[in-house]
Amino acid sequence: MSTPTRVNTKPLKRLRRQRIAIQVACLAVTAFMVVPIYLIALAAFSSRSALNEFPQRFFPSAFSTETMSTFLSSTGVVPGLINSIGVGIATLVLSLFVGAPAGYAIARFAFRGRNNYQLFLLFTRALPIVVLSVPLAQLFLTVGVYDTPLAVTLLHTALALPTTILLTAAVFLAVPVDAEEAARIFGCTPVGAFLRVVLPLALPGVAAASIFTFVMSWNEVLGATILTLNQRTLPAQVLSSLSDSPLAFRFAGGFFLIVPAVVFIAVMRKYLLNMWGTTIR
Amino acid sequence: MAEINIQNLVKTYPKGTERATDDVSLQVNEGEFMVLLGPSGCGKTTLLRMIAGLELPDSGSISVGDREVTYLPPNQRNMSMVFQSYAVFPHRKVRANIGFGLAMRKMPKAEIEKKVAWAADLLEMTPYLDRFPAQLSGGQRQRVAVARAIVVDADVMLMDEPLSNLDALLRLSFRAKLKKIVEHIDMTTVYVTHDQVEALSLGDRVAVMRAGRIVQLGGPLEVYDHPADMFVGGFIGSPPMNFLDGTLVSGPEGTQLRIGDSMIEAPTGAPEGKTKVGIRAEAIQLTDASAKGTIPARIDVVEPLGSSILLTVEVGQHEIKVQVPADHPVRSGDEVHLRLAPESIRLYDPETGLGWDLR
Repeated sequence: MSTPTRVNTKPLKRLRRQRIAIQVACLAVTAFMVVPIYLIALAAFSSRSALNEFPQRFFPSAFSTETMSTFLSSTGVVPGLINSIGVGIATLVLSLFVGAPAGYAIARFAFRGRNNYQLFLLFTRALPIVVLSVPLAQLFLTVGVYDTPLAVTLLHTALALPTTILLTAAVFLAVPVDAEEAARIFGCTPVGAFLRVVLPLALPGVAAASIFTFVMSWNEVLGATILTLNQRTLPAQVLSSLSDSPLAFRFAGGFFLIVPAVVFIAVMRKYLLNMWGTTIR
Repeated sequence: MAEINIQNLVKTYPKGTERATDDVSLQVNEGEFMVLLGPSGCGKTTLLRMIAGLELPDSGSISVGDREVTYLPPNQRNMSMVFQSYAVFPHRKVRANIGFGLAMRKMPKAEIEKKVAWAADLLEMTPYLDRFPAQLSGGQRQRVAVARAIVVDADVMLMDEPLSNLDALLRLSFRAKLKKIVEHIDMTTVYVTHDQVEALSLGDRVAVMRAGRIVQLGGPLEVYDHPADMFVGGFIGSPPMNFLDGTLVSGPEGTQLRIGDSMIEAPTGAPEGKTKVGIRAEAIQLTDASAKGTIPARIDVVEPLGSSILLTVEVGQHEIKVQVPADHPVRSGDEVHLRLAPESIRLYDPETGLGWDLR
C-alpha cells in the first residue's frame, strides 16, 4: 500500500477565483446595459405622480399604463411608428438586395481595385450625416420625393451599404468554394448555386448584417428629421414633439423607441447561431 | 458513358510564370478508369478541373463523346465529381444531398427516391438517409459524396483525390470498395491522386504527370516495370527505384555493366558508355560468397517490415534499398554481395534521364 501523493491545489483555487472574477465582471457589464433599460421601463409604466417621488423606488409602486397610453395617442406617434418600421424593413431589403451581391463579388472574385474599393466603402461613413442631409433634401425636393418614407429609405440604405457589403463578404468567404463548385457540376447555374448553397450557409452572417441595418435605421434621427416634415419616423417625431413634454412622456417615448429594436434582435438572434452543426464544412 | 478526347491543352494561371498544363493530349476510352498521378504542382488537378469546366484552358480542346465541351459551363457537361473535401451540402439531409443532381435534372420525385435508395444501399448509407452531414463521420460523408456522383447518369465521373482525407485503415478498405463500385456502374472515370499505390491498384491506365506534362501513359504494371524515365522510376513503387552509376562495356563475353569495380551481366539494347542503372529493391538478391557477376556491399540499416525486411545498403558511393524475405538472417554492418537480376535492370541516359527501351 503506497501513501497517496499530495496534490498542490493552489493553482486550482487560483483558477476558480479567476473564473468567479470573470463572472462578476460579466454580470457588471450586463447590469450596466440592462439597468438603464429597466429604469426607463419602470418610469414608463408608473403613474405621473409616482415619478415625482424622491427618492425613486426600484420596484413599481403604482403600475399604470396611463403614461404610455397618453403617449401613444398623442399626435404622430403611431404614424411615426409605422413609418419607422416601414423604413427599417425597406432599408433592410434594399441594402441586402444591393449589398449581398457586392459582398459575394468581393469574396469570390479577385478583381483589380478590390482592396481600394473596400477602403472606399469605409470612407463613405466618415461623412457627417447632418452635412449630407441638406444637399440631399434639396435633391429630393427637385426630384419630388421629399418628405416621403422613400427618401429616408434611400438615405438609410446608403448608410447601411458599407457594413452590409463588408459583413456579407466576410461570411461568403467562410462558405467553402467546393460546395458551390459541386452545385455547379451537378446542374446549377451560377445564380442557382448562389441561391441554393451559398445563401443558406451564409444565413447567420446575413442575419447579423440585418440586425445592424435595422437598428441603425431605427435609431437614425438627424437625417430623418431633415428629410421629412409630415411623414416623420418615430425618433424624428419624438425629438420634435417631446422636447417640451413633461418628464413622464419622455420616459414613455424612450421606452417605446427601445422596444421594437430589442424585439427585432431577439427574433434574429436564433439565426445568428450556426444552424447545421459546429462547422460549415 | 463516353470517351474523352483531350488535345493540346495549355493553361497558365494569371499570376503564374510557368504553364500549369503544357500542351497536354490524352485519350480516355469509354468505360476506362484513367488515373492522373503525379507530385504536387504537376498539373493533374488543373487538368481534371478543365475537364469539369471549373477552369477554362487558354488553348486546346476537350471533347466528350462527339460533343466539344472545351468552354461549356460545368452544369451543361453532364458530368459527376467527387471532391477531396467531399463538398457535401451541410444544410440539406443526406437524402437531398444524394438526390441533388437528379433534382437539378428535374426528374420526377418517385424516380429520384428509387435511385437514391439504390445508391444509398450500394454505399451502405441507408440508415443515415435522414441525417444531416454534420452528424456523420468523415468516411460517411465521403460515401455520401460518392453516392451523389454515381446516382446521376453522367457521361464522365471525375474524382479529385477522394481518399486523401480518410485515415489510413479506412483508405485501404474504401479503395477496394470504390473499385468494385466503379466496375459495377461502368462509367468513364478520371481519378487524380498523388498516391502511387492508389494509382496502381485502381487504374486501368495511369498517366504519370510532372511539371504540366504527361511523362508516361500505360497500364499499372507497365508503368511499374518499365518506367519511361528516372522520374517515373523514382516516383512509383515503395520503396522507389534505386539508381546507380555504371558504364556499359562490350567485351568478348557480350555487353557487361561495370558498377564500381565489379562487372555484372547487363541487358542489351543500350549504347556503350556511361549510364544510370535502375533496379527495384525486390529484384536484388543477397549472396554470401563472392560469385561471378555480383557486387560487394555493406548493410547499413535493417528495417523489419513484417512481411519482408527492407535493407539500406552501401555500394561504393551509393546507398540503395534491398528487399529480402522476412526470415533472412541479416545484421547491420554485414558485408554481403548483391546479385542484380539482369531482366529487371533498366538503363537510363545520365543526361536526359530518359530510359532505353530494352525489350
